Parts: sequence; structure tokens; C-alpha cells
Amino acid sequence: MSFLAIKNLSIGLKKGPPLLRRVSLEVSSGEERGRVWESGAGKSMIGKAVLGILPPSVEVTGGEIWLDGTDLLRLPLAERRRRIGALAALIPQDPLTALNPSHRIGPQITDRLVDILGWRRADAEARARDLLTEVQIAEPERVMRAYPHELSGGMRQRILIASAFAAEPKLIVADEPTTALDVTVQKQILKLISQMQARHGTALLFVTHDLGVVSKVCQRLSVLYAGMVVEDSTVGDFFAAPRHPYSAALLAATPKYTDPQAGLNPVPDSVIAAVRAEVAAFDRSAAHG
Amino acid sequence: MADLYQIENLRLSLADMAAKPLFGPAPRLEILKGLTFSIPKGSVVGIVGGSGSGKSTLGRALVRLLEPSSGAIRFDGTDITHLSEAELRPMRRRFQMIFQDPMSSLNPRHRVSAIIAEPLRLHGFDAISDRVSRALDHVGLPRHFASRYPHELSGGQRQRVGIARAIALEPDFILADEIVSGLDVSSQAQVLNLLERLVRELGLTLAFISHDLAVIRRLCDQTIVLYRGEIVEDRPTADLFDRPGAAYTRELLEAIPLPDPAQPWF
Repeated sequence: MSFLAIKNLSIGLKKGPPLLRRVSLEVSSGEERGRVWESGAGKSMIGKAVLGILPPSVEVTGGEIWLDGTDLLRLPLAERRRRIGALAALIPQDPLTALNPSHRIGPQITDRLVDILGWRRADAEARARDLLTEVQIAEPERVMRAYPHELSGGMRQRILIASAFAAEPKLIVADEPTTALDVTVQKQILKLISQMQARHGTALLFVTHDLGVVSKVCQRLSVLYAGMVVEDSTVGDFFAAPRHPYSAALLAATPKYTDPQAGLNPVPDSVIAAVRAEVAAFDRSAAHG
Repeated sequence: MADLYQIENLRLSLADMAAKPLFGPAPRLEILKGLTFSIPKGSVVGIVGGSGSGKSTLGRALVRLLEPSSGAIRFDGTDITHLSEAELRPMRRRFQMIFQDPMSSLNPRHRVSAIIAEPLRLHGFDAISDRVSRALDHVGLPRHFASRYPHELSGGQRQRVGIARAIALEPDFILADEIVSGLDVSSQAQVLNLLERLVRELGLTLAFISHDLAVIRRLCDQTIVLYRGEIVEDRPTADLFDRPGAAYTRELLEAIPLPDPAQPWF
């Protein structure tokens, strides 16, 4: 059984249309590097649902989220939070807003270990130093005493990666972790996430809109449109021959610097119309039972 | 072909507020360190570089939102380097800007029609509602969008409103600063195809600032690579991509993940 298995997960605003439509996916730990998402509203919602951090206006309307053999949605809230906290962690999108500007870096990594997981402060600090070294931060002692504004965007993202791995989680959700970064820094950060993931044997759920990034970091991907999975395949199969017309169109819209003629073709209206019709048909069948 | 812009030894420094002592002036930080280049009329110039390379600062100097410390910017033969705001005002119509984030650059309380009409009114145009409609036609938005508010539009549509506002003034030059970085690939493709068409149809000169070399390759005739406030390369785009000269250009190219799992990357 996969470490994370989402089955028929539906999420919606309390009033209004669904945001996710019976999404299913699995992420194994270890060698299979996880899954990735592409396009449109809903992709961030999956990660948030797994971590139990959906906004208050959004609720799960059906389905199951199995994490390490337990359906999280059946657990009482406190128990669910404890399990998620012990097993999963997030690498957020924006390293500036994810760090508290008025606290030093050190406590932002160690507090969770001490206060929630019950570590001794000295152990937590030693662990933070080791992790900062592992994410290739020189002078970890100095960085732990620094405030976020004293560090570059790349450094802050490294710190968040270190922080995510701090409690040895079995699952990492990375939500567009490099969109705020420069291409050269993006490459370093992706390399780091891949290395850390391989070394720690963590399952990775990687949310991105960049198919280039997907082809480098992931082994499987799910393409979403309007909260519905339209394609679910291995990265090799997908880039060789995408099966769904919508995913094929997305690939054709992605520019390639090696070939100025390729890419930058907008998704044709006919493809959008077809996939919208699929979504509408899905909603009708869901409404009828 | 005549040059629309001639830039000579352009230097620009800004106050470094992070290093400002409690009392006394902030130290100056030199952002642009002596740039010399020209932009021919009717061409599309790409400006690339990492964060902190000075590409946005350069863009803002070109449309004189920032005043250079030294050097010269000549726009269509006129030296605009140190013109005062009053002297610039009659010229401003001719160089327009499209911003990165259309949500913060469009007034959320104004309808699309008012957003496009306001600069027209400021510059003393007549037949404003006709011009608004024509601008919407140009960017491929239906005319009834004039009565919508920005929050009712998608990201790509908002960016089109930003483009419509710029071209309504019939400018000679448009500066586009990272205008597609917030869009999904399909909207990105639409906006870029639109820009390509407008440059052709309206005879615009365009400077396109981006960190995405794939986009630059498709759109630009000439590419300027900036690194820490200096030009490391300024060459025709095809040439630059086929034979990148500077180590930094190669590093930028190799950092782009192609949508192809076979490409060795890490």
C-alpha cells in the first residue's frame, strides 16, 4: 500500500461549485519520487487537504485520505493533527511570508520540535545545525541567529527545506517551492529537494505548474483541470505521448529555448470546451448519485 | 534602421535603506554600472538576468520612473536623462509600461473602461470611448468587458487590460516587465502571441524584461544579458542562444528545465 493514498477526494466551498472532483492519487515512499500536479484551480488544495490546512471556507465533501495506513478523515481532529504533524511536512511557496520576520531563524526551526514533538532544546538545536549544514548553508550558527530579512530568497528557501525535514517526516508536500526564485537558484533548490528526498527516503507530493520542473523532479504526474484528474501517468509516458488532449495542449503551450518554433501555442478553445464538457458531465453524474 | 533609444554609459544608484544608519543619509548602492546599448525602432529587445541584476531598474530608467545618476538616455533624439517631471509629461505618452502584477497595477474600484480612459484623458485625447473600444479590440477582449471590474477577469484578461491601457495612447515604445511570470502556460502563450501581433501591426518598439529565456527566444530580436548591473552580452537572439558567449549566459541557459525527462539537468 502506498504511503499516501487519496481516494475520490472531493473538496468544495461551503457554497458554490466543487474545487476538487473525486481526485485519486497515490504516493509511495522511497524510490518512487511522488506526484505532481499541473494547471488550474485545485492543485494547491490537495496538498492543503493532506496537511489539514484548508482555509475555513473550504470543506472536504467526500473521499478518503490514507496516510501510512490510516484514513485521516475518520480520525478525531486532535488525533488527526498529531498524526499529520508527526508524519508530514510542507515546503511552502513563498519563503518570505512563511518565516516570521520578527523571530530569529533558529527558534523557527526548533520550536516545533521542542513544543510539539517534545524534543530537548539542546537536541533540537543540534539537529537544526546539522540540517542547515545538509542544505549547504555555510556558518549555520550565524544563520540561526539571523532574522529572515538578513538572508537572500534562496537561503530562506533552504532554511524552509531544512525545517521541513527536521522531524524526519515520511511525506513532504512541496507547494510551488521555486516559483518565487531565479532560474539559477531554482535549479539549486530543486537539486537539493531531490537529494534530500532520496537520502531520507521521503515521499514527495510536488505541486507545480511548470512541466519543465516536473520532468526533472518527478516520476509520476497527475494533470488537473477544474479539480478533476484528466491524466495520471509516469513522467516518461507523459512526455513521450500525453494521452489526454488537454495535457497534450499544455505541453504544446510550454516554451522551449532550444526550439523557438515549439511551444507558446495557447490551449485551443475546442480543447477547453471538450474538457469543460467532461467536467460538466462529471458533475451531472455526481448529482444523480 | 534608426535607433529609438541610445543609452550611453548609464549609471544609476539608489539609497541602500537596509544599511542606513539611524541618523545621517543612507549609503548609495550602485545598481547600474555603466551600460551602453541602443534599441532600434520597431525591434523587440529582451532584457534578462537573475534577481538583483538590475533589469527592472534599467527598465524603470528607460521610461524615466527613475533618474540616472550619470550617463545619457536619448529617446528618439531627445536627451531625457535628467528632464524634470514637467518636461517629461508631454513625452510620457510615447513610452508606456506594462506591469508585472495586473492585480496591483489596475485600480480595483474602477471599471475596465475607466482604467483605459484615464491616461487618455490626462494626455488630452478626444473621442475617448471610441479609443477605449478600439484598444479592447486590439487586445482581443470583447467590448462589453469595458463595464467589468478587474476582479471579474482572469489573470490573462487582466494582463490584456494592462496592454490595452498602454497601447491606447499610441506609444512608440512599450516596456513589459515580467508580464507573463504570474500566468499559466496557456495564458502566457496567448499574451505573448498578442504582443507579437501588436508589435507588427502597430509598429511598436518593445523592451521585454524576463528571467525566462524560453520566452525571450521566441519573442525578441535582440537580447541583453545583465549580471550585477553590467551587460555581459548584447547580441541578436538566435546568435546568443546558438553560441552563448559569456559563462553567465550559459549558466542561465543550463538552469532552464526543458519539458523533457531525457535532458540531463542536475
